[in-house]
Amino acid sequence: MVTLQEIRRLERLAAELRLQIVRMMGPGKAHHFGGSLSAADLVTALYFYKMRYDPANPSWPDRDRFLMSKGHSVPAQYAALAMLGVLPLEELATLKQLGSRLQGHPAMHYTPGLEGCTGSLGQGLSYANGLALAARLQGRGYRVYCLLGDGELHEGQVWEAAMTAPRYRLTNLTALVDQNGLKAMDAVAAAKDLEPLDERFAAFGWAVRRIDGHNMVEICAALDWATSQSERPAVILARTVKGKGVSFIENQVAYHNAALTEAQHAAAIAELTARLQEVTGCQSA
Amino acid sequence: MPERVETRVAYGEALLALGRARPDVVVLDADLYRSTRTVLFAEAFPERFYDLGIAEQDMVSTAAGLAASGHIPYCNSFAMFITARCYDQTRIQIAYPGLPVKLVGSSAGLTQGPDGASHQSLEDVSLMRGLPNMAVVVPADDVETRQATLAIAEWPGPVYLRLGRYPTPRLFDESYRFEMGHMVRMRDGGDLVLFACGHMVAKALEAAELLVRDGLEARVVNVSTIKPLDVEAVRREAAGVQRAFTVEEHSITGGLGSAVCEVLAEEARVPVTRLGVRDRFGESGLADELLEKHGLQPEGIRSSVLRALG
Repeated sequence: MVTLQEIRRLERLAAELRLQIVRMMGPGKAHHFGGSLSAADLVTALYFYKMRYDPANPSWPDRDRFLMSKGHSVPAQYAALAMLGVLPLEELATLKQLGSRLQGHPAMHYTPGLEGCTGSLGQGLSYANGLALAARLQGRGYRVYCLLGDGELHEGQVWEAAMTAPRYRLTNLTALVDQNGLKAMDAVAAAKDLEPLDERFAAFGWAVRRIDGHNMVEICAALDWATSQSERPAVILARTVKGKGVSFIENQVAYHNAALTEAQHAAAIAELTARLQEVTGCQSA
Repeated sequence: MPERVETRVAYGEALLALGRARPDVVVLDADLYRSTRTVLFAEAFPERFYDLGIAEQDMVSTAAGLAASGHIPYCNSFAMFITARCYDQTRIQIAYPGLPVKLVGSSAGLTQGPDGASHQSLEDVSLMRGLPNMAVVVPADDVETRQATLAIAEWPGPVYLRLGRYPTPRLFDESYRFEMGHMVRMRDGGDLVLFACGHMVAKALEAAELLVRDGLEARVVNVSTIKPLDVEAVRREAAGVQRAFTVEEHSITGGLGSAVCEVLAEEARVPVTRLGVRDRFGESGLADELLEKHGLQPEGIRSSVLRALG
């Protein structure tokens, strides 16, 4: 059971992470706001609550691994790595610039703390299976976490990987689905409906749990539930809001990948700063 | 004496030896382990063998994860599928970060035979050569295949190893040492040079003997590493001859012929004729019939040479 104090700490960190995401993206340039913000609470809980991770040694062989399969949301991971000290915070502003270590999509050979290369959707879960198989071969106790988008589940390879993980009983693997309901152009279901997604994963041999992906109590409990599985790999289906935390971005498909004006960016920063102050105040009360 | 062995058979034996020598080697297959000959490894080292089923994309991505964790994965399927079916996965997850995954394409080229165009890889070298960081190796016989199978494990990056199911004569004795990035002159001759790879090295050597009767001495060069190409050696081997020829069981677009032309065009001193499949798909037939149809039997190579030299 996670203490209320710990939940408040995580909520404060999630608020800070969102602020870092929008700050690094800045005004005037197209960025993947929606998916980065919808994943922020899940990424926060992984790095600051669940994972065994030494920021001073991001290549520690026994570290837990996190792979951002929905690669366009990597700014959320960059923010977490910077808040942990793996990357300098000031480097975040170089996102996607020529010569930056922070590529537009995850590149393990550019950025300390990244575990693989993604960006073409649908490939991450197979890769995560490989990381988990290696742990078993090497007798290591690390765990692997893979975050997928719900639109990404349209890719057939996800379901190949979803058959592989139970086949090898990869109980050291946890998949998370950031189920914000939107893809690049419109609703996920407009092209291919994923539901009943819980039944689909269960039929493939997974332990499945649905949660509110912005409720830190539920997220932490689900992560603990996932790591207690001894027979099947676990998948957490996290219902989220695309663009969560910036009201004019929330649930707007236009902000999957878009530029904010100066005024919009200032408004977004103001809203996220107010949220950070609110949860910080809550903690000290 | 000239024993004929399929390169895929030599590979299966070498992979077993490699498994004994290197515990970090893992092998993945996509439901073809008896055809690809990884069955020998699978029986000896079941804990390091994964049959991912008929799922090449899943296979190579899983291999990338294993490689990122310190293993040397050998991924196996027919040449067409290991290259084309999972090209995007190979590009982003393997070639881009330079992970040491070894992609082994079996039953490559026209000599795949009766299964027809879907299974005859005529574009695989082109696809793999186009990827940054990817090395491309096409061994000529069983001796070179055994050595290449071991050598690519030492190569720090990803490799595509192209193998066939066509019994091919032994060209090297056991003293031969395959080296990544080196080509080998198989026959001396000053009138023309035949750059060949894979099964076509033996065919080129036979063609060279036929050409003696036409009063021509052909130099024959085995280009078993198509990438990284030994550029200096291409220039050196093409020096002083009337014309250079490339011979490959592959499309003349993007493979060995293109690679050699790219080098020689910069010098523009030696004209080149590319022998291979001329921008067409394959079709069902026996291996030898198909080679003959595409002018890749010794007599066909000879005719092309005589025509080009006028």
